[in-house]
Amino acid sequence: MGNMLKVDGLNVFYGNIHAIKGISFEVNEGEIVTLIGANGAGKSTTLNTVGGLLKAKSGSIEFEGREISGTPAHRVVSEGMALCPEGRRVFAQLTVRENLEMGAYTRNKAEAAETIERVFEQFPRLKERSRQTAGTLSGGEQQMLAMGRALMSKPKLMMLDEPSMGLAPILVQQIFDIIEALNKEGTTILLVEQNAQMALSIADRAYVLETGKIVNTGTGKDLLNDDSVRKAYLGG
Amino acid sequence: MLTYLINGISLGSVYAIIALGYTMVYGIAKMLNFAHGDVIMVGGYAAYCAMAYLGWPPAAAVVFSIAVCTMLGIVIERLAYKPLREATSLAVLITAIGVSYFLQNAALLIWSSNPKIFPNIFASMPPLKIGDAQISAVTIVTICANIIIMIALTLFTGKTKMGKAMRAVSEDKGAATLMGINVNFTISMTFAIGSGLAAIAGVLLCTAYPNLVPTTGAMPGIKAFVAAVFGGIGSIPGAMIGGILLGVIEIVARALVPAVPSDIFVFAVLIIVLLIKPDGLLGRKISEKV
Ligand SMILES: Nc1ncnc2c1ncn2[C@@H]1O[C@H](COP(=O)(O)OP(=O)(O)O)[C@@H](O)[C@H]1O
Ligand SMILES: [Mg+2]
Repeated sequence: MGNMLKVDGLNVFYGNIHAIKGISFEVNEGEIVTLIGANGAGKSTTLNTVGGLLKAKSGSIEFEGREISGTPAHRVVSEGMALCPEGRRVFAQLTVRENLEMGAYTRNKAEAAETIERVFEQFPRLKERSRQTAGTLSGGEQQMLAMGRALMSKPKLMMLDEPSMGLAPILVQQIFDIIEALNKEGTTILLVEQNAQMALSIADRAYVLETGKIVNTGTGKDLLNDDSVRKAYLGG
Repeated sequence: MLTYLINGISLGSVYAIIALGYTMVYGIAKMLNFAHGDVIMVGGYAAYCAMAYLGWPPAAAVVFSIAVCTMLGIVIERLAYKPLREATSLAVLITAIGVSYFLQNAALLIWSSNPKIFPNIFASMPPLKIGDAQISAVTIVTICANIIIMIALTLFTGKTKMGKAMRAVSEDKGAATLMGINVNFTISMTFAIGSGLAAIAGVLLCTAYPNLVPTTGAMPGIKAFVAAVFGGIGSIPGAMIGGILLGVIEIVARALVPAVPSDIFVFAVLIIVLLIKPDGLLGRKISEKV
């Protein structure tokens, strides 16, 4: 089990706002790793930088031993990682099927057709609604679509940014079950959550992010029982 | 009356073809390319030069014109607009107006302000007679071209991978990038298609109104913009309907009240549409999902 993703000394700025202050972390093959932290801690900034949407000022991002921090954003997905962004960001005016097709943009037609069947098995709801535009789906269905769309590139590493945001508790449970199932099938997961309780309970390892810095790390179980983490993120 | 209607539809078809360029670029790059009208003018001159100086047959001249404008569209986007991708829309708008003046003045330098008389490229085709109405070949060709372009674009955006990617980019550039879509390339292609259509519009316009001058594209460009807003900017069928309605309004108004310049009606339409339905006939409110 080697490092799949290794981030070292990452610094990210918005103009002159120093949002990520020299963080380092790693994700090993087969793991579920979670980044938790309060609103504004820098979780999304971190994922978006790894995913190529933002450019780091300094630091390195290695994926399977290759440096990817200089890779153009649209090529990052071909490296084998997919980001399911905060707020889902499905293409509202495209149909469910078209959204999934876009997820396989870098792959050929035959590969896409095969993967789409697998995604439909995983998310039967999406199959039922494949001809509907994504904007007409419920929040939970949109989240499933966003995850299905990310899976269409057959990523080795799937990054999820607050997949449970705004969902009813029963749907949250369902989404976390799916994440665990994906992981069992061999996809490595980097999960960002404000719902620390849920995230820590499925994570192998976790990092706690506070105003752009990593302030704590450990196994999911350790952090669930850590006093400072309990106080700050688990409501006592 | 039938003649007016058909002539209106024909003029409107030219507006529609131009409006498609406006609307596609707006839909995908979220900018108003005010130089679009001047690309039409360049298309007219390109076809004129190919025929008058190189002695090419009309069909080859049209292809040449499309090639020139497609390249021009890509170059304009690359040099003038791409560096402003993160800039305010006002900066982009002013740049577009600058590009428009640049093209007009470049044309003035190269071809002078003396009108070039554009040849009737459909001279060999006889006009169509319906009752006592006579419909010229260029009118018919224009309407047919419009229909073909409409169908082709609908199929392109609905069925092809590139077309779907364009729609994805128009909704969310960041999410599209995450899919592996090269947003810059997609925007470039949008300009290429829009400008290629402008070349076709230029040839059709100059065949119907043969006085070709450096400002030939300006007024049709503005009217096509009105048509695009009228139909709902960003919407392909909207551009089509807006263009045709505008052409019909203009020609019918010119016939019914010849004392009043018909452009007044065109711009009155813009103002009324903006007041009553700011999104245009087929425009949709883009609801921001958080
Ligand atoms: N587009 C932006 N422009 C300027 N500052 C931003 C932008 N996005 C985020 N920030 C700032 O960067 C910090 C980290 O934000 P973010 O990564 O979104 O946090 P999180 O995802 O943990 O809630 C916050 O202070 C936020 O205000
Ligand atoms: Mg966030």
